[in-house]
Amino acid sequence: MPYLGSEDVVKELKKALCNPHVQADRLRYRNVIQRVIRHMTQGLDMSGVFMEMVKASATVDIVQKKLVYLYMCTYAPLKPDLALLAINTLCKDCSDPNPMVRGLALRSMCSLRMPKLDQWGQAEVLNFLLRYQPRSEEELFDILNLLDSFLKSSSPGVVMGATKLFLILAKKFPHVQTDVLVQVKGPLLAACSSESRELCFAALCHVRQILHSLPGHFSSHYKKFFCSYSEPHYIKLQKVEVLCELVNDENVQQVLEELRGYCTDVSADFAQAAIFAIGGIARTYTDQCVQILTELLGLRQEHITTVVVQTFRDLVWLCPQCTEAVCQALPGCEENIQDSEGKQALIWLLGVHGERIPNAPYVLEDFVENVKSETFPAVKMELLTALLRLFLSRPAECQDMLGRLLHYCIEEEKDMAVRDRGLFYYRLLLAGIDEVKRILCSPKSDPSLGLLEDQAERPVNSWASDFNTLVPVYGKARWATISKYQWAERRGPELPNTASFATPGPLIPEESKETVQELPDSEALMLVPSCQLTAEYFEKTWFSLKVAHQQVFPWRGAVHPDTLQMALQVVNIQTIAMSRAGAHPWKAYLGAQDDTGCLFLTELLLEPESSEMQISVKQNEPRTETLNSFISVLETVLGTIGDIKS
Amino acid sequence: MISQFFILSSKGDPLIYKDFRGDSGGRDVAELFYRKLTGLPGDESPVVMHHDDRHFIHIRHSGLYLVATTSENISPFSLLELLSRLATLLGDYCGSLSEGTISRNVALVYELLDEVLDYGYVQTTSMEMLRNFIQTEAVVSKPFSLFDLSSVGLFGAETQQSKVAPSSAASRPILTSRSDQSQKNEVFLDVVERLSVLIASNGSLLKVDVQGEIRLKSFLPSGSEMRIGLTEEFCVGKSELRGYGPGIRVDEVSFHSSVLLEEFESHRILRLQPPQGELTVMRYQLSDDLPSPLPFRLFPSVQWDRGSGRLQVYLKLRCDLPPKSQALNVRLHLPLPRGVVSLSQELSGPEQKAELGEGALRWDLPRVQGGSQLSGLFQMDVPGLPGPPGQAPSTSAPLGLGPASLSFELPRHTCSGLQVRFLRLAFRPCGNANPHKWVRHLSHSDAYVIRI
Repeated sequence: MPYLGSEDVVKELKKALCNPHVQADRLRYRNVIQRVIRHMTQGLDMSGVFMEMVKASATVDIVQKKLVYLYMCTYAPLKPDLALLAINTLCKDCSDPNPMVRGLALRSMCSLRMPKLDQWGQAEVLNFLLRYQPRSEEELFDILNLLDSFLKSSSPGVVMGATKLFLILAKKFPHVQTDVLVQVKGPLLAACSSESRELCFAALCHVRQILHSLPGHFSSHYKKFFCSYSEPHYIKLQKVEVLCELVNDENVQQVLEELRGYCTDVSADFAQAAIFAIGGIARTYTDQCVQILTELLGLRQEHITTVVVQTFRDLVWLCPQCTEAVCQALPGCEENIQDSEGKQALIWLLGVHGERIPNAPYVLEDFVENVKSETFPAVKMELLTALLRLFLSRPAECQDMLGRLLHYCIEEEKDMAVRDRGLFYYRLLLAGIDEVKRILCSPKSDPSLGLLEDQAERPVNSWASDFNTLVPVYGKARWATISKYQWAERRGPELPNTASFATPGPLIPEESKETVQELPDSEALMLVPSCQLTAEYFEKTWFSLKVAHQQVFPWRGAVHPDTLQMALQVVNIQTIAMSRAGAHPWKAYLGAQDDTGCLFLTELLLEPESSEMQISVKQNEPRTETLNSFISVLETVLGTIGDIKS
Repeated sequence: MISQFFILSSKGDPLIYKDFRGDSGGRDVAELFYRKLTGLPGDESPVVMHHDDRHFIHIRHSGLYLVATTSENISPFSLLELLSRLATLLGDYCGSLSEGTISRNVALVYELLDEVLDYGYVQTTSMEMLRNFIQTEAVVSKPFSLFDLSSVGLFGAETQQSKVAPSSAASRPILTSRSDQSQKNEVFLDVVERLSVLIASNGSLLKVDVQGEIRLKSFLPSGSEMRIGLTEEFCVGKSELRGYGPGIRVDEVSFHSSVLLEEFESHRILRLQPPQGELTVMRYQLSDDLPSPLPFRLFPSVQWDRGSGRLQVYLKLRCDLPPKSQALNVRLHLPLPRGVVSLSQELSGPEQKAELGEGALRWDLPRVQGGSQLSGLFQMDVPGLPGPPGQAPSTSAPLGLGPASLSFELPRHTCSGLQVRFLRLAFRPCGNANPHKWVRHLSHSDAYVIRI
């Protein structure tokens, strides 16, 4: 047989396939088809005879059918338009009386692979796959391997879609999640410096999201987040936020220098945002930041001074070690503050730390002199408190003006709140100086608050489902109000049914406040808000009563005590004691009282590794109907909190 | 999935409105969107806004707002990408994207939207597919003329040069094959780099960032193959070594999915069969390490007499480009302390201009030759600037002065050094003259900031 190149082979086979004599002879026809398959297996390109092969599929010979379908499945990706022709035959075969033919056709149809989807299709499919739950670990990693190539796509939509799918599928493998976030760093940074501002903004929002869980993730790329003056305001603000969050020992100097440049920006809003940002960094790098802020006061610009003083106020509360430096910087500020917020901050500082600021009484005296023309009631209230505090540490200098201020507030002031505050302080002073000290000398700082505010690193899983959605772009807080609104719109009228409390989409505590408060009305249970049980009384009562009701409640993961406590407070259930987050076993004791005086004492118990929360309720008067109502309220709260978490 | 799509002019006039799903309120959404946009508080971003249960997502492109609404919590990346892609498509079909071209081609735009989106889902955005369905022809305002040098676009940024393609050549519609057969076979290949630089007050370089793109706009029939040869010393990553000398190094490269890379490893040749229209062939980034010196150096000196409130700023600008190159439309922007009242200036050239505005000094230099040095002396009175009187003039800058930023264009220059060696077409012209190939290089400033 002469050697033939693949082109000649194709030509020859094509001729043979078209030959009506061959077609008439079943065996010869099958033979030619077998040759096609053989060449195909050897790696020759046989896609040229696709048309003829499709025609050959219309046959009663099952062997021939099988061969043709094998061929079609191989070459369909190369000839998608011709493969469509084959579908007609396949459809017809699906209604064939012979079950073997039907099965074959169905299987072939499923294995026809069309050319790859374009980027829009890919993004859709990646989104759709989020619903899939892999059955085994093996399958999971197979999927992840397939996903890898999408992370390198040139379309940001596809890359982010693949990243989200990765994060969701690998929720039990934190190291895999971290790997993906490392891989997606490049595309995200590229999007952050994209020419499209809108894309840049979306990317920055997602960078912030990632930084919540992996604080060091972008630290070495901090320069990418420096602002340029031509950028729109909203991008600059995001970049400043990002800079604050990725600051570390190595880059703090450069970042602060950059931020200081922004503080004198033409846009007052942006300048103020930069100053607040420096204040945020000051919680960790106090000395450097306080020095920069002090220098800014030298500018004597109203919009700068007011924000710096507000930053100082927050700072001394969280970082008491900087009080000395702040007190030295304050004199002279009062000349450049006109707005309410700034005045309040300054007056507060003068009141609380006045003993360290030599001219504090004289500054306050100016405020007292001008109190008649002061337009903001909040400033007057602050002034009253500050002056009384300062009076305690420097009585000689303050006594006279304190008298004048109290006189003014009680006799002439129109604002009731200010007047009441004045009266209150006056009567307090009558009760003796020790009483005043007991009320007013509260702590001057609380560093632990800073730890609370910083919020520990959030696990990736807490935001994975929000990734590549509008949530990070709006910001969590704004999204909460939006979804609350939407939720109310959609579900509003059919609310008071407790049983259908399973809500679609994310829920927030504020929502539960409204919905849950409606519940007691419909169930004739009214919990009293003012119920104040002491721990001792609770303990005594708890041991004296029998359990009236016990049940389990499905629960996944750990409990966030703060959130739970807040939600319970909303429905007037008081938290007596609660384990800290992550304790094993986790316990909480709750108390509540209804308007008839009936007490409800509750224990929540979450055993380690258990997926159920045990609820035990005791009641001092055996009344079943109110007990059931109470339990449904409790369940609602727990259900809502559980929803938010998952 | 989107519910509605509309285009607004920069003043908020609706140009195009299309409802895909009929699931949300009527046409007044466009007005609502503009009202929300203009009434937005300063600290909120306009990119995504919401009203009731509807989200507005938009991009700004050539002064127009392209807005999509949706009620789903969808991927912002995909949607923003879709909007940019729509902007490119509209630009390709209408010649360029502007209020004028859109309102002249309303029928065409609706036809396009109809094909691209079905019930709010994307069907296709590929030029190849779309050209089979689009019947309307673009209305061009004035006949295309080779000698029209009036407008300056990116694809014609070098209008002030001789022997380059006319500026409007690239801003004409992609014609469908049915119509004008005598269309010119042209292809434009632009290497565009955006440069962002931060220089400390002591002159040391804090940050250099180059974002580069190779963009192709093809008027050739779809599917005609072309090969683009890049500088052979082009290296990717920090470690790769190629050729002699330092090579042309970039940190990261990404290619359009249609680019074939068999010859890239060996010869730095990109092979592709581009569809008609615009396409970003390659994107690359380069940080911190430039092969050539920076295009500009600024040497400022500041004299500040606190007592009299007199501020004197002397700026010396040195252009370190090769002598044959030049920078165009150079503008220096220097924020000043608040309360500057008067300005007197001495500039080194008559074509330069300096003026005060928005709390900043603006110094315009229309053209700066490589290797040249320009200077300006600016004297200002700052009566409001406080400070203890009676001090000697100091050389330290008052707060609020600076940082200076420069904007400029560098035609025929790439900061990374990347060049296109050749552009070869495997296209056989059918009776027509050989296709015209225009290869251009351009760098422009993104943010070029010098602290003072």
